[in-house]
Amino acid sequence: MLLKTLSEARGVSGNEAAIREILLPAVEPFIDEHRVDALGNLICLRKARRERVAGGSERVLVAAHMDEIGLIITDINSDGSLRYAKVGGIDDRTLLSKQVLVGEKAVPGVIGFRPIHLIGRGGLEKKADISQTVVDIGASSKESAARLVQVGDYVTFRTGFEVLAEDGLRCAKGKAFDDRVGCAVLVEALQGDYAFDLYAVFTTQEEVGLRGARVAGYRINPDIAIALEGTVCDDLPKEKDADVTPVTQLGHGPAVSYRDSSVICDKNLVRLITETAAAEGIPWQYRRSAVGGTDAGALHLVREGVRAAVISVPCRYIHAPVSMVSLNDFDNAVRLVKAVLTHLEGGLEA
Amino acid sequence: MKALIKELVEAFGPSGYEEQVAELIRAKAQAVADDIRTDNLGNLIVLKKGTGGGKRVMISAHMDEIGLIVSYIDKKGFARFNPVGGLPISTMTGARVRFANGTVGVIYNEKDGWAGPGSLADCYIDTGATCPEDSPVQIGDVACINRPMEELGPRLTSKAMDDRIGCAVALQALLELPASPNDVYFVFSVQEEVGCRGAMVAAFGIEPDVAVAVDVTSWGDTPQAKPMAIELGKGPAIKVKDGGMLAHSGVKRWMVASAEAAGVPYQLEVLIGGTTDAYTIQTARAGVPTGCLSVPTRYVHSPSEVVDYNDVLNATRLMVQMLANPISW
Repeated sequence: MLLKTLSEARGVSGNEAAIREILLPAVEPFIDEHRVDALGNLICLRKARRERVAGGSERVLVAAHMDEIGLIITDINSDGSLRYAKVGGIDDRTLLSKQVLVGEKAVPGVIGFRPIHLIGRGGLEKKADISQTVVDIGASSKESAARLVQVGDYVTFRTGFEVLAEDGLRCAKGKAFDDRVGCAVLVEALQGDYAFDLYAVFTTQEEVGLRGARVAGYRINPDIAIALEGTVCDDLPKEKDADVTPVTQLGHGPAVSYRDSSVICDKNLVRLITETAAAEGIPWQYRRSAVGGTDAGALHLVREGVRAAVISVPCRYIHAPVSMVSLNDFDNAVRLVKAVLTHLEGGLEA
Repeated sequence: MKALIKELVEAFGPSGYEEQVAELIRAKAQAVADDIRTDNLGNLIVLKKGTGGGKRVMISAHMDEIGLIVSYIDKKGFARFNPVGGLPISTMTGARVRFANGTVGVIYNEKDGWAGPGSLADCYIDTGATCPEDSPVQIGDVACINRPMEELGPRLTSKAMDDRIGCAVALQALLELPASPNDVYFVFSVQEEVGCRGAMVAAFGIEPDVAVAVDVTSWGDTPQAKPMAIELGKGPAIKVKDGGMLAHSGVKRWMVASAEAAGVPYQLEVLIGGTTDAYTIQTARAGVPTGCLSVPTRYVHSPSEVVDYNDVLNATRLMVQMLANPISW
């Protein structure tokens, strides 16, 4: 299963090569050209398979980012433990007592924490202070640690992919669903025949500022851009009886953004997406939050501006060492993206 | 010019939803424009061609205003919302909003009180609905503050002076502009309030030799105002710097010389926080010499922003003077 392979692969922002190496063979049968640009974006072109409709789209860019949040080693202490910094947005509390893999050699380690016995009264209520925590790879000295790892090595969480339920919402747990779910959806969408040149761009460095998408968008200069994402899903845990805005809910279908902090989505493109979902009987939901950025934020501002939107797979517990998706939502996202691309053949209302 | 200002400030146009404002401006600009187009993000770009030998100038005034977007309708029919742009919590209790389809709602903030102002998450819009099925508004619908323009002696107050007053100045200058050597692109831009996004892509397309944003600026002449050497009624402000940009010194000199040539009073502006379209225009492509003409405005981002009408007229005179003549610095 490609999603399992992608979820378990290791690719923190700036170090996405391993993800590219999985994706390229997966898409190669379906594409006419590909290139890897200076920032590491994997840009794949599937040329139009049908004659272009008059007034229809010429170049459509669909992006999914390869990078995941993680850590980077900043120093090796004299006792052999490793200092680290975060890459991307991580809640400190989620780092405590986690198993990780360090560097090219995937050296196993743990982020240990003071045991409960030694935490004084009131200490449990305090927000975790991670400044004193280290990645412990079991090395007894700086020299022995340095034989295994070096400063600048990236650290990923050690989380296996697993389908937890084959029925109902078909929940699966794993790491890096943000945005390997988007990558996996994009691989599927590439297999359709469309009347425009489809640029499937697997981007880099989204988690540190939408950096890959910006330069890829500049090169391609598309008519329309769609970012595929894993997004916030806050149906669990939830406040008791609170009747306030949920961002998304698991199993309610792919999420369509009207806006986020980085982009106000093109209204006509959003309407085309939601009407396509309704016409095809695909469940969908709005992503009901203004918070968080996506590659669409960079893509809609390239050159003279690009009409853009975002379609996401809801991910519970996102930006943490483990998160959860519904494979029903995943399958429906694939159906929706393919149907939207087909509807885009006729162009987009101005 | 007051009728034009009233029409513009009362129009509906939160960031991303500027079409009604664009239509208004397009209808008035048509008679004098050599070309009008709308780009991918919705910027309205009006070209007034020159007689030749002059500069390619970009003027940018943003059409969008702050507003809100419905995120959820709860079981009792109250609409929850996210802000669009910098929506101050202090102005929410009792505010009225209007949606594109004319629906009006009242905002209430249940946490507004002794403990402090709460947050936008505590606010809801009461549209009169009693359940989601009754709601006249849906998730994703956008609203702006609902306040008409009123005259306060020599001053004008309304929602959305930021930046329809800039639109009014640019549009009036376009209508009054005599033959000049310069090709002037009047950009009525979108999405300034969420990051000066429209002006960024418009500048890429136009590739101007020089650019000037027209926007509101802050004030220093009320009882406990933060110190700022800007007063209403003392003339338009020529920007030196703000939170996002340093005005090109040549552009600033050209603006000052134009004000002196036209006998227009002016103030030099140093704004501590906030910025304008000039911020993203300045770094478009290989860089653009950019400045900003500001209309001093009190209570910016509140439902009742206040400008001085004479400052507006003088800003227009200054802009005409700047554009009507060969540009040098």
